[in-house]
Amino acid sequence: MAQLTCKDVSLGYEGHVILSGLNFSVSAGNYLCIVGENGSGKSTLMKTILGLQKPLGGSITFGDGLQNNEIGYLPQQTQVQKDFPATVWEIVLSGCQARAGRRPYYNKEEKALARENMDKMNVSQFARRCYRELSGGQQQRVLLARALCATRKLLLLDEPVTGLDPKVTLEMYQLIEQLNREDRVTVIMISHDIVSAVKYASHILHIGHEVFFGPTQDYLQSALARRFLTVEGGDQNA
Amino acid sequence: MLDQLRMYLGFPFVQYALIVGVLIALCSSLLGVTLVLKRFSFIGDGLSHVAFGAMAIAGIMHINSEMLFVLPATVLCAILLLRTGQNTRIKGDAAIAMISVGSLAVGYMLLNLFPKSSNVSSDVCTSLFGSTSILTLSLTEVWLCVGLSIAVVAIFLLFYNKIFAVTFDEDFSHSTGTRVEAYNLLIAVVIAVIIVLAMNLVGSLLISALIIFPAMSAMRLFRSFKGVTICSAVLSVSCAVIGILISILAGTPVGSTIVAADIVAFLLFSVLARLGVGARKA
Ligand SMILES: Nc1ncnc2c1ncn2[C@@H]1O[C@H](COP(=O)(O)OP(=O)(O)OP(=O)(O)O)[C@@H](O)[C@H]1O
Ligand SMILES: [Mg+2]
Repeated sequence: MAQLTCKDVSLGYEGHVILSGLNFSVSAGNYLCIVGENGSGKSTLMKTILGLQKPLGGSITFGDGLQNNEIGYLPQQTQVQKDFPATVWEIVLSGCQARAGRRPYYNKEEKALARENMDKMNVSQFARRCYRELSGGQQQRVLLARALCATRKLLLLDEPVTGLDPKVTLEMYQLIEQLNREDRVTVIMISHDIVSAVKYASHILHIGHEVFFGPTQDYLQSALARRFLTVEGGDQNA
Repeated sequence: MLDQLRMYLGFPFVQYALIVGVLIALCSSLLGVTLVLKRFSFIGDGLSHVAFGAMAIAGIMHINSEMLFVLPATVLCAILLLRTGQNTRIKGDAAIAMISVGSLAVGYMLLNLFPKSSNVSSDVCTSLFGSTSILTLSLTEVWLCVGLSIAVVAIFLLFYNKIFAVTFDEDFSHSTGTRVEAYNLLIAVVIAVIIVLAMNLVGSLLISALIIFPAMSAMRLFRSFKGVTICSAVLSVSCAVIGILISILAGTPVGSTIVAADIVAFLLFSVLARLGVGARKA
């Protein structure tokens, strides 16, 4: 049974439809990349999956023992204000807020979990540093550690490598791949890096005027992919 | 001068003033960071004007304990403002401006139509800038203040981690199942309570100063949410005590003296930050 099923979903804001008739499903251990042009509705789809907004039509269901609060989310742009005083430790620990539930303070296990995830993401040395003083790549790893505190099952990542240099980008991809392979975390990732998307992902969801959903091999055979890959890939080589 | 101070401290009304002043300063500093970072400062400002209008109405209706009317009215407005503010940002802004300026105008008009004393402008000045009223608090009002302050501090301590999470990243909190709307509502209600409390101390025009200055000062030096919260609480209480004592000795208005102390602290912290103190501190 699938962890996440979207049936005939329509997306949009205040009655204005961006995308409709979307069908796809994600099973445990999948690595799904969502690709498409700017403004095609990728972030909107992710927010709808997270329940931050309602779908205009259709249904989104969770299965396979996944609760809808067992999702780890890495936003495209954190609405965090520049002057927010918060240490890395405080932020990663806040990923445990669902685990703590009504309990006002975090317990030993939650703190241990936060420490473990900081180790995993290589940010332990920054624990007492202020978040806003870190580099973009370090910040992304902190937010990924926070997302891991919220879930062991499903990660939703909105453009996790945008703005990172090639070396850090590669490290980020490897971290995510490791989580997917070794810890069996299901990954749904939005990316403009189509070359890496087809390299790492098991499935591709392409949204826009034409929609494609299926295994990566099938995607590579499609006419849609060939067009998209030449444009975007060409951009990258230029 | 110390003898004089000792003599004043012997008076119950001075003791009351200090107790109430410390509690109000503590409460108002706690949510300062959240207020500034969540862009709620404008709600705080709007609500203080609402409290002014409510005060005027309470005066006309000859309600003995004004706070019993002003408090529910302000809390109600806080909830209304949050509701409109959430749906559509821009219209929410306009709604807040309308309600706040509206209550200011109606309040002033009512005070003129039904004057409590012969000197209307002094009454108005009192409600806007605070007065010596903190020195004339009745025992009931002191207890009300103590009760509300304890409630505010308890709520803050109980929900500290959730308030941090919701302030830092609302979307993430929402996605992990935290009831963000409920916490936003809680924050707005607590802010309304704080504003009504603080009105006694500094008057409705100066409330925002009491809430925002300590947080802004603390943010100059500290880098963690906890550090900033603790520092701004300590700072706010110190400034309140110093301000009250100075105003008693020098006969200056209580509210503006406290705010002046906050401004001095802010300048001091800015200079320290420039000198690099606490730059690497957590
Ligand atoms: N809050 C909003 N209210 C109304 N319309 C919105 C809102 N956010 C986004 N949109 C519109 O919805 C469409 C899809 O936006 P979305 O952010 O989902 O695109 P995206 O695929 O994530 O793009 P990008 O690759 O640039 O991140 C856009 O046309 C955008 O203008
Ligand atoms: Mg996007």
